[in-house]
Amino acid sequence: MRLKLALGFLMAMVGAVAGGEEITSGSAFLSPELRHQQDDPTRNPAWFWVEQGQELFSRKPEAGQACSQCHAELEKSLRGAATRYPQVDAASGRLLNLEGRIEQCRVQRQKQPAFGYESGELLALTTYVASLSRGLAMDVETSGPAQPFYEAGKAFFERRQGQLNLSCKQCHGGLVGQKLRGDTISHGAGTGYPAYRLEWNGVGSLHRRLRACSLGVRATQFDYGAPEYLALELYLAGRAGGLPIETPAMRR
Amino acid sequence: MRLHLATVLLLGGLVSSRPGVALEPYVVVEDAIPKALGARVGEVARGQDILRDRERGNCLICHQGADSAEPFQGAIGPPLVGIGARLDAGQIRLRLVDSSRLNPETVMPPYYRTEGLRDVAPAYRGKPALSEQEIEDVVAYLASLKTF
Ligand code: HEC
Ligand code: HEC
Repeated sequence: MRLKLALGFLMAMVGAVAGGEEITSGSAFLSPELRHQQDDPTRNPAWFWVEQGQELFSRKPEAGQACSQCHAELEKSLRGAATRYPQVDAASGRLLNLEGRIEQCRVQRQKQPAFGYESGELLALTTYVASLSRGLAMDVETSGPAQPFYEAGKAFFERRQGQLNLSCKQCHGGLVGQKLRGDTISHGAGTGYPAYRLEWNGVGSLHRRLRACSLGVRATQFDYGAPEYLALELYLAGRAGGLPIETPAMRR
Repeated sequence: MRLHLATVLLLGGLVSSRPGVALEPYVVVEDAIPKALGARVGEVARGQDILRDRERGNCLICHQGADSAEPFQGAIGPPLVGIGARLDAGQIRLRLVDSSRLNPETVMPPYYRTEGLRDVAPAYRGKPALSEQEIEDVVAYLASLKTF
């Protein structure tokens, strides 16, 4: 009895020292075949979106400047940018993810109509910009003005929801590595998005993936770019801090 | 732990159930709901269909069923082969209706409950995941799985 108790304490301490949960990338849960395909740029179709994004990035609108005219030296200006999103926009106080920032540049700086979430153009540009941070560690701000958003995202992640009454955490915490039909459940890091999913036959955003998980438990699907998913995205990014960006990844 | 479980069971038994408007009332006795919901009679073949049907039960997303021909079965809940030898119909019924009465942390979804759920998608709001007839069909099927 006493021994058991002591053991219990010891184990609790080891857990605390290790900082609780250790998160690994979704790529670690792919079949070897899919992983090889992902890692080979000639076989990973998501690179078409990167190329298209690069093309849009340097395309000059009728009136106004191309993205590349403001972000001239790519390596310096946008490499690493994706590691810091979502972030609170200083001017408006709103939480912006990479898609939101690109749309803001498009409307305010380029004076062009927004592309719209999940449009081919916005996906291509987001995939391209995120790909410039490949291999760099996620590093979002979760304190200061970002803290209330982070806390809201965490609460969302941990509460049961939907008719099937499951939380994100039950699957992406407690059931990691287990089989849900043909899928192996990962930590839900999301560090490969926008990603090419075989099920979609194309590249989709992280919010599209979140909508799929919501539907899976028969819960409300929030709109693309909705505050609920933005806060959740910030929590996921903070939780995945230190993991490298893998965009453009492949997923089932 | 054992005491805790006993308390939960006792509460379940005493309070019986507080069903939502549309749900049939039922009584929990120990770890079972002995009586069929709404006195429906289940049918084994229909129960088997519901288990497999991805729009309704979709149970095989988490469980290994008794039909090995079905591809991609989950491995999150216990295998259902031989379940009828381990649990009687009333015990199976409670586990389908609301497993959280036995284990508050359970992953097993409540298939006949509408209260205490949040952010339910509009199409499913106010309805249980399975109707009383569907619950009885699944109970009949699972109770018939007596061999391994
Ligand atoms: C019933 C189980 C289940 C629940 C509940 C669930 N998911 Fe998922 N989720 C999956 C499965 C299965 C996949 C695909 C395999 C994988 O990558 O984990 C997935 C994939 C993901 C991914 C992509 C991971 C990657 O790196 O490719 C993210 C992010 C994610 N989920 C977040 C969430 C969030 C946030 C919630 C709550 C709103 C949630 N999930 C609820 C099962 C679930
Ligand atoms: C999201 C995953 C999931 C889904 C979907 C699911 N189950 Fe379960 N089921 C579980 C888990 C996990 C347990 C273990 C419960 C516990 O220990 O609290 C369980 C337990 C059970 C039990 C009790 C088993 C035993 O040996 O005590 C039965 C019976 C059962 N499930 C049947 C079903 C049926 C029928 C369906 C579909 C209508 C279904 N389950 C859908 C995860 C699931």
